[in-house]
Amino acid sequence: MEKVKVGIIGSGNIGTDLLMKLMRSKTLEVTTMIGIDRHSDGLKRAKANGLKVIVNGIDGFLERPELADILFDATSAKAHFRHVEALEGMDKQLIDLTPAAAGPSVVPSVNMKDYTRERSLNLITCGGQATIPIVHAVNRVSPVDYAEIAATIASKSAGPGTRANIDEFTITTRKGIEKVGGAKKGKAIIILNPAEPPIMMRDTIYCEVAEGRMKEQEITDSIYKMVNEVQKYVPGYRLRSEPVFDKNAVTVFAEVEGAGDYLETYAGNLDIMTAAAVKVAEELAEIRLGKAAAGFAEAEGRHT
Amino acid sequence: MKKRDIFVTEVALRDGSHAVAHQFTADQVKRVAKGLNKANVPYIEVSHGDGLGGSSLQYGKSAVHEIELISAAASVCDKSTISVLLLPGIGTVHELRDAAREGAGMVRVATHVTEADVSKQHISAAKELGMETVGFLMMAHMAPVEELVKQAQLMESYGADTVYVVDSAGTLLPHETAERIRALRQSLHADIGFHGHNNLSLAMANTLAAIEEGATRVDGSIRCLGAGAGNTQTEVLIAVLDKMGISTGVDLYEMMDLAQDVIAPILPKPQEIEKGSLILGYAGVYSSFLLHSEKAARKYNLDIRDILVELGNRKVVGGQEDMIVDVAAELAKKKEALI
Repeated sequence: MEKVKVGIIGSGNIGTDLLMKLMRSKTLEVTTMIGIDRHSDGLKRAKANGLKVIVNGIDGFLERPELADILFDATSAKAHFRHVEALEGMDKQLIDLTPAAAGPSVVPSVNMKDYTRERSLNLITCGGQATIPIVHAVNRVSPVDYAEIAATIASKSAGPGTRANIDEFTITTRKGIEKVGGAKKGKAIIILNPAEPPIMMRDTIYCEVAEGRMKEQEITDSIYKMVNEVQKYVPGYRLRSEPVFDKNAVTVFAEVEGAGDYLETYAGNLDIMTAAAVKVAEELAEIRLGKAAAGFAEAEGRHT
Repeated sequence: MKKRDIFVTEVALRDGSHAVAHQFTADQVKRVAKGLNKANVPYIEVSHGDGLGGSSLQYGKSAVHEIELISAAASVCDKSTISVLLLPGIGTVHELRDAAREGAGMVRVATHVTEADVSKQHISAAKELGMETVGFLMMAHMAPVEELVKQAQLMESYGADTVYVVDSAGTLLPHETAERIRALRQSLHADIGFHGHNNLSLAMANTLAAIEEGATRVDGSIRCLGAGAGNTQTEVLIAVLDKMGISTGVDLYEMMDLAQDVIAPILPKPQEIEKGSLILGYAGVYSSFLLHSEKAARKYNLDIRDILVELGNRKVVGGQEDMIVDVAAELAKKKEALI
């Protein structure tokens, strides 16, 4: 089967976990890893697995653009803006795992269908990927006036970037809850827990629906349907209990166990990001492959 | 004005927010702040119990937006400085700016004792806003002393003027408090503070131990209006320190009157050390879990001690209020299975 060529920018933990997931993909062929530290474990692994390794960042890729059509960006927000600019005018797409939010925000199980040819798609935050599907699942039954999420993650799974700018997490997640999840008003809380052995990512999602609009059975069904959808690309995503209803509010307790590809299984917060990124790329790849089969007509007709 | 040896921060309008389920009104805040200002209390903390932005389903919604309460307090204070609490991950720099604009002159940036590096962003922002800045290391009993020192040094390096040892669970014993303050005193240039809870009836003893080791900033809540069994009772602390010849600059009689005439009527019930608050201190659990756990115990027909001890076993940290219902539901299921 034909595959779409992809590359990874960033050879840290996230980039390396992506590498391991991508090697299993049926529609994506990971050809390249782009980094700046040739001694990093990620680049060594990439080389050992027969990937092209580029050690001078995006400039190196620009010399060989045929290597990939979709690039995963696991660097930093600042670098991401540079990458978007560098790829300007080329038929390349970036899947953005940084907080840059240069392009629209996407949650694969929620709004993937809205996007096909965007140059950069942003994955919001780990807390967003874990909770926005539930907010959306409630909102598609009864309008959500207010949604609040509390994400608790193991201290060990919070990298220096997250720690240096934790406001970015709370603000970006809140916006995602509103824009992608559909809540009129959102709020996000993040808690770091240093317990040993490290705890799994836990997410509590509270939704208040419009007065008189609570439909317990339909909402429950919608939530379970959504959990199944998310499990298709994040196998370790599950509810800890049945949704709890109280007047016009529903509370959902979820947890995310990582697949343990490169990252530890407790780091479900990182796993859900890399898994969602791969899912987004696979959806884009199907469009690209479908386009190749059906000719250019449809794609041309769509205004990008 | 008399020179102060020790600077007291009154936390009833912030920590006490837990005890009234975040239902303070602007009028109550105004009356309390006015009295504290008159008594010459140097710092008055006003915020949701979980700090700026704490109003939520997770912790309880505020009856009145805290920014309005901060503004109300600031409007009646000409001597006291208004302080706010900020927990990174809950509140953001945006709420801090709002608070500063409404008259807050000090912020205490609070993190779990091992997570000081998330406070850099907010300590820096506070310094830029020209605020006095305090690093607030919560659940200080949960890390070894060396780790506490390292984390305090991080906060100092970000620009904190003061670093607090915060006994959020009211579980430290006096010698443990002394050990921690002493270690910080030896390793930091910043001022050292102590914030206690009275769950084991040791808030006063711990505060005195801290002062003995060189802490110059201490917290109190008037009439013990704080989470759990409350904090070191401010008016009593003023009296005790006065007898010890330590000056706080605070008027004891004004504080006693305020406690009796204004605070007592606000308290939903007297701050006794009950089963729930005692077990918080005994099991080392975050004091603001008390009311939430009482509610869960009623809902699931459980002994509050079982819930809080289990939370302690799971090493739950401040802010994880959602774990209370989770644990209670699990215990209830187990209990049902046994019957």
